[in-house]
Parts: sequence; structure tokens; C-alpha cells
Amino acid sequence: MTTTSRPQGIHALRRPRGLGQDGVFRLTLRVVAVLIVIPVLWMMVDTFAETVPVWERFGIPGFVTGLRWAPSFTIYGALPFIYGTLLTSAIAMVIAVPVAVLIALLITEILPPRARTWVAVAVDLLAAIPSVVYGLWGLLVLVPVLRPFEQAVAGTAGKVVPFLAGPTPGPSYFAAGVVVSIMIIPIIAALSREVFAATPRLQREAVRALGGTRWDVIRTVVIPLGRSGVLAAIILGLARAIGETIAVTMVIGNAPKIGASIFSPGFTLASVIANEFNEANQELHPEALIALGLVLLVISVLVNGLAILIRQRFARGVGRVV
Amino acid sequence: MTTTPIRLQPPPVEPAPVVSVSAASHNAKMLEPAELSVELSGVNAFYGSRRVVRDISLPVRSNAITAIIGPSGCGKSTLLRCINRMHELTPGAHVEGRIEYHGIDLYAPDIDPVAVRRTIGMVFQQPNPFPTMSIHDNVAAPARFNGLIAGKAAEHDLVERCLRQAALWDEVKDKLKAGGTSLSGGQQQRLCIARALALEPDVLLMDEPCSALDPIATLQVENLMVELKRDYTIIIVTHNMQQASRVSDQTAFLTMGDDRAGYLVEMADTVEIFTNPRQQLTEDYVSGRFG
Ligand SMILES: Nc1ncnc2c1ncn2[C@@H]1O[C@H](COP(=O)(O)OP(=O)(O)OP(=O)(O)O)[C@@H](O)[C@H]1O
Ligand SMILES: [Mg+2]
Repeated sequence: MTTTSRPQGIHALRRPRGLGQDGVFRLTLRVVAVLIVIPVLWMMVDTFAETVPVWERFGIPGFVTGLRWAPSFTIYGALPFIYGTLLTSAIAMVIAVPVAVLIALLITEILPPRARTWVAVAVDLLAAIPSVVYGLWGLLVLVPVLRPFEQAVAGTAGKVVPFLAGPTPGPSYFAAGVVVSIMIIPIIAALSREVFAATPRLQREAVRALGGTRWDVIRTVVIPLGRSGVLAAIILGLARAIGETIAVTMVIGNAPKIGASIFSPGFTLASVIANEFNEANQELHPEALIALGLVLLVISVLVNGLAILIRQRFARGVGRVV
Repeated sequence: MTTTPIRLQPPPVEPAPVVSVSAASHNAKMLEPAELSVELSGVNAFYGSRRVVRDISLPVRSNAITAIIGPSGCGKSTLLRCINRMHELTPGAHVEGRIEYHGIDLYAPDIDPVAVRRTIGMVFQQPNPFPTMSIHDNVAAPARFNGLIAGKAAEHDLVERCLRQAALWDEVKDKLKAGGTSLSGGQQQRLCIARALALEPDVLLMDEPCSALDPIATLQVENLMVELKRDYTIIIVTHNMQQASRVSDQTAFLTMGDDRAGYLVEMADTVEIFTNPRQQLTEDYVSGRFG
């Protein structure tokens, strides 16, 4: 009566010869993945092949750093749009991140349970509004409302800092940044809310049992444990901000030059492509617009790559979270 | 603006009379029952409308270890959480009945629950150090929450004192900056005890503090508890009969009634409960003849 009554013992532990079920599954997944990626890559290569004349004419540095955009003179420089994209995104992030994180904290930590649901639903609804509606609202409502504020800033700080100087025509980098911030607040808030809500109960109770207040819970466990998740939320918001097109076109003023002040009209990569492509009949104009698309793609990839790096650092820092 | 009191103050102990009174009255004083720290009377605890603790009355002696034993799910943790007003933090949960601390009704409307939790510390079943904080900061955390301490030097002193009290100092003194969760499970639990001690509470509630520990770490924590009872009143929930009989002075046995709410079967000195229980249920449980 020894263990020999289980003849298969050792064999049962061995890896199966050949692929096995798991192997077949994995192989199938890989084939499918490649089948999906190939046409996407091919489409991209095909599209961007069109831009070759642009690079031949201006060179990559020449195009990317070019300050003038004058299709009727066949002069194409991308810098005003790169600047506009980065500036509006930065303005949007500066406004949206604190507001969204605050909303998320209100919903998970601060408001009484019934109010939580209402605020959460309201914020989620904001995310469902179409871009073009934000654009209309921005143009008709927000721009006039922001005007006195812009004038006040331009009249005080703007006298010293050219970056904040007047005139304040209305449509501007600033207006676009504010509209985009409102569009990305729900995205960042919704994701941060889930991150905060996932704080382990045992950690919250540890703080409370030590005489900590709700505020102590927020600053010692909710935020430190949620950092990497909130960062992911911020990145998603940033990606949306960089790519936002219609609403921006409607409030940025569509001026293809670098405005010295945030209250000057400008243009972004995405909005100039949407705005000009239909009527692009000058020499190299369509090609230059596609080249701007490529620049936009590179910026998005860089931002996301950077974000992934930061996130990994954070995740490692937190380490063994239960 | 008046500052709210940081902790509940037990009334001062009456000073011993300077002039000795008659021998008779002196003896009477000696025979008085030991002073009570926490006294529960007719406590009921609910989650929503479901009652999980029914009508429990417990006198908890000062500077002693009181063990609460009973089958799983009979409401031991819930009862413990009623004492430091943690129970009410669960949405929908509430407490009925009276819990007194040195005669102060802990559920009176003018009592600040935060002050209660500062006075009555708690150690959880699962070690729960703050993962983003160093060992040092874990112990300093309660002082920071409550503004108990000013200055780095005083903080260091507090951290060292509490880690020594929790018998952890020698193991961590060279790596105070390491993360709180880089320690072993037993060390983490002692870190949590040190952290609770840093509140300088008067009563310490311990919910199965040794259930995640090996026998050696368990023994360390038990010795620690015996050590601590000079300065603290300790209430411990445990599933370990040997532990209850080894360390505690008095023991309360809870079980579940037909309504699945926990009630008190009997409470007495630990020796009594384990050698000469008055209830058959208790005898069955402590001798292991019960589910
Ligand atoms: N947050 C909660 N919400 C609803 N019911 C709960 C909650 N926590 C505990 N209960 C219920 O209350 C009862 C008592 O639970 P409690 O944790 O106090 O038991 P216990 O005696 O500590 O058990 P154990 O020995 O297993 O730790 C159980 O029936 C449990 O299902
Ligand atoms: Mg329990």
C-alpha cells in the first residue's frame, strides 16, 4: 500500500508534448493580433507616404520648426500648431486635474452617500455631451463669460508678463484650453473616483482607529495609494486634450501663427487639419496637413510613452500594496 | 475659540487618605471590586436592520486583560468595534445600549468619536501598516493625525519608545526608513501594536492580533500584552483557547442565539471559565466539544 497505487503521479506533472490546449490558444491569439496590426500599419504607411514631398522640400527640422504657414506661397511650418496643441493642452490640464481630483474625492470621501450618486451621475453625463456641442457652448457662452476675467488679467499681470497681455479678442488659446478642460474633467474624475473607491477598507479603518479624521484618511491612504491610478487617468485626459478637434476649432480663433499671449488666437495640429483639409487645393497643402497629422501622432506616442514610464516608476515605489 | 479635548479624561483617582482611618473601613476598601475601565450594559449592534449583537453587558476591569471568545460570526469583532465607535463607520450600522468609560457615556451626544478612538486604541486582525510610509512614519502617524507631538526629536523619542514597548526596536532600529510593508507578517503586527501605542491610549482593543503570526511571534505578542497591562486595559478577541487561558484575567464567552445574533453566555475570571464554568455551553466550547 504505497504510493505506487498512483501510476500516473510523475507524468501528470510533466508538460504535455506538443502545443497543448494552452499553446494552441496562445498561437491563435498571436496570429489574430498580427492580422489586425498589419492592415493598420499598412494604412498608416500608405497615408504617410503621401507626405514624402513635404519632407523633401523642407526637411524634417525645417518643417517642424517652421514658423510660417502660408499655403498660397507654398510655405509650410508646423511650429505654430505644435505650440498651440501643447499650450491648450497645458492650460486644460492645469485647470482639469485639480478640479477632477477634487470631484473624485468629493464623491468617494466627502459628500453624504445620497449626494454622491447625484454628483457622480452629473459628471458622467458631462462625458456624454458631443464635442461640437461643447464647441458651440464655448463660443456662445464661455467666450463672453471669460472676457472680463481675461481683461482683468491682461490689465494687471499682463502689463508685466507678455504671456498674459492683451488684447483679448475672445477666441484664443486660453478659451480653447478652458473648453477642453471641461471636456476632460469627467474623464479624469470618473477614473480617479474608481481608483479612490478601491482604497482597501482595512487601510481606511487603520487611520480612523488611530484617531484620524476623514481628511487624514484622504492624505495618508487614499491619495498615496491612488497616485499611479490617478496618473493613468490624467494621461487619458491629456491624450484626449491633445487630440481634441472640433470644439477647439470653434473657440481658438484659427490663426496660423504663434500668438505671444495666451489670450491671442491660435491654431492646433488637430484643428488645422480638420479646418483646412477640405479646401486644400494649393501646392503641397494636403501633403503638409497629413504631415501635421504625423507630427500629432508622434506627440501622442511620446506623451503616452512618457506616461507609461512615469507610471511604472510610481507603481514600483508603492511596492507591496495589499 | 475653545480647543476640543484631545482625549477623554478619566476622573482623577481619589488620593489615599493621609490620616489612616479605622482598620474596618480600610479592609472594606480592600474588598471593593477592582475598578472598571469600560462597562457595557445592554449593548445591541446592528448592520442595517440585522442585529448581530444582542443585549451584552460586560464589566471590563482596569489594568487587566479581558478575553472575548466564541464561535466565528458571533459578533466578537463587532462588539469590539462598538467600544471605540468604529462600528458606526460602516454605512447603515448602529449601536444601542450603553457603553461607559470610567462612568462617561461614550455614546452621549457631546462625546467626540475621534476622542474616543484616541483614548481606546485598536489593533486589527490583519496587520495593516501604511504601505507608502516608512517604519518610522508608521509609528509617528497617529501623533501626526492628532497633533500630539511637536518637533522631530520628540517624535523620534516616541517612535523608539513605542517600538521598544512592542518588542520590535532591536529588529528594525537600523532600517527605520524602510517601508512598513517590507517587514514580515509578525513584525508588521508588532509595528501595528507600536503604532497603536503611539496614540498613548488608555484601553487597547486587539482583534485576534496573533492569528497571522507564528508561535514564536505569538508568544512575543502575548508577553507584550502581559507587560502592557500595567499601563493599559486590554480587551482581546481570540480563537485560541490556550492564549485566552495564558494571558487573560477575565474571559467572556459569546455565542450565537437562534436569531443568529451573538449574546453573552457567561463572563468570569479566566480560571473559572476554563476550570469551573457555570454554563454547559461554555464547558462544551472551552473543551472543544462545540462546532
Ligand atoms: N460590514 C458588515 N456588513 C454586514 N454584516 C456584517 C458586516 N461585518 C460583519 N457582519 C456580520 O455580523 C456578524 C458578526 O460578525 P463579526 O465579524 O463581528 O463576527 P466575529 O465573531 O468577529 O467572527 P470571527 O471570529 O469569524 O472574526 C456576522 O454574521 C457577519 O456576517
Ligand atoms: Mg472577527
